[in-house]
Amino acid sequence: MNQTSLNPTEPAIVVDRLSVHYGDVTALDSVSVTVNRGQICGLIGVNGSGKSTLFKCLMGLVNAQQGSLALFGRSSTAARKGRLVAYVPQSEDVDWNFPVSVGDVVLMGRYAHMGPLRHPSRADRAAVDHALERVGLTGLRNRPIGELSGGQKKRTFVARGIAQEAQLLLLDEPFAGVDKVSEATIVELLHDLKGEGRTVLVSTHDLAGLPQLCDSAILLHQRILAEGTPAKVLTHENLARAFGPGSPPVPAATPSATPIAPGA
Amino acid sequence: MDPAAFLLEPLQYGFLTRALLVTLAAAVVASVLSCWLILMGWSLMGDAVSHAVLPGVALAYIVGVPFSIGAFIFGAGAVALIGAVKSTTKLKSDTVIGVVFTALFAVGLAIISRTPSQVDLMHILFGNVLGVTDGELWQVLTLGALTLGIVLFKRRDLTLLAFDRTHAHVIGLNTRFLGALLLGLLALSVVVGLQAVGIILVVAMLITPGATAFLLTRSFDRMVVLAVAITTTAAVSGVYASYYLDISTGASVVLAQALAFTAAYVAAPRTGLLSQFRQRRRQAGSPAGQAV
Repeated sequence: MNQTSLNPTEPAIVVDRLSVHYGDVTALDSVSVTVNRGQICGLIGVNGSGKSTLFKCLMGLVNAQQGSLALFGRSSTAARKGRLVAYVPQSEDVDWNFPVSVGDVVLMGRYAHMGPLRHPSRADRAAVDHALERVGLTGLRNRPIGELSGGQKKRTFVARGIAQEAQLLLLDEPFAGVDKVSEATIVELLHDLKGEGRTVLVSTHDLAGLPQLCDSAILLHQRILAEGTPAKVLTHENLARAFGPGSPPVPAATPSATPIAPGA
Repeated sequence: MDPAAFLLEPLQYGFLTRALLVTLAAAVVASVLSCWLILMGWSLMGDAVSHAVLPGVALAYIVGVPFSIGAFIFGAGAVALIGAVKSTTKLKSDTVIGVVFTALFAVGLAIISRTPSQVDLMHILFGNVLGVTDGELWQVLTLGALTLGIVLFKRRDLTLLAFDRTHAHVIGLNTRFLGALLLGLLALSVVVGLQAVGIILVVAMLITPGATAFLLTRSFDRMVVLAVAITTTAAVSGVYASYYLDISTGASVVLAQALAFTAAYVAAPRTGLLSQFRQRRRQAGSPAGQAV
């Protein structure tokens, strides 16, 4: 089972009436989502809106009580075993004091391609070189991850997904703590990956950048409040429903839009 | 006394040679494992497993089976019990660990107090490295080699588990198995270290070398090599100090490791106290000086 056997007509993500409850708390309430291949989709919502739970369902870390999901027409487990999914964690979920270098982290993207000893082959090394080059971190390969800037940290983990040759990248708050220049670099990179037919799901508070980044957007608040093109989703009315009183202004569809994120 | 005589004199006693071998084997195995344990945040788990093996060791002596079998069963059992209680309550894991290991330790004390003639509590608690038999030496060496072999075979997966469990899961690795494997290895290395320093101090061998090496490098592979080098030096100097200064072997080995940690804490390049002090002095002139 590998990527070449993927059926090109299957959507990357199909979530069908998925519900997740933690005790009495409902995290997801009959959520249905379809993301086609080769798209960048933004997942928007306040903290506690179920974004993380949806990510965890896609990664097979949380089992839904009701509903089903498929990645490239397969179960989440089969998609993971097929190395199709890559995850770029939030910065606060990473132990930046861990004694690993940029190159070590990117090489971890190749583990599923290696034998049980995880000894890198020439192809693995080439994939790491290529991924580092694409994110512009070739010169920092031996740098401990704790000594990177916010943007470099993000790019290291994106490079890991590239080295993995994953078809679906899940990015959790990729623009938090990232300067504008690095953000632009990451956006450009995601557009390149999309151009190669990869699918990207980005959870974000950063509404300002959304129209430039995404093909589609999903507004989540336990249930799906709106979905479609960013222009259709990011209306004043929708944002008020998702973010409540004091909701952020509707971003203009121009690069000069003022970046405003709730709680930023 | 010339240096050669200084080094060779203790080795003319068979029991001291065995003591040195057992201490070295235990120290090397524990130091390698310590690198993963401190990065997983499992230091308290090491403490728990080491205390929880007491009833296993006591029962093994009473029944007459090798102590390592009893110790391993209770070490692994403690881990399983902690996991079971943790997953079925809302208690934090350090609370569950505290309840389980003290209960098992008390079970051990109760067993020993009912059968005082067969088991020497002091030997289990503080080690009896000078009384190690040939059979026990072979148990320690075999289990030590087994533990090291498994760790080295799985080292990259274990490092990934410690660094990014979610990524490990997403690329299809069995993280539950890897976590259980690391706990099993922890129990094995406690068993290996029992004879050398006893169950109270074995946790020092499972934490201090890794912690010392962590202060000295930012590369994981170098951290493992440093931990082994530090612990080997500490074990040998500890055994010799114990011979010449007539102090408990377990205590002197752990003290030697603590001295190495202190040296790293004070003098480590970039992160040591002295280095921090120098950086602060250098930056005192600049406006951003205190912000570091």
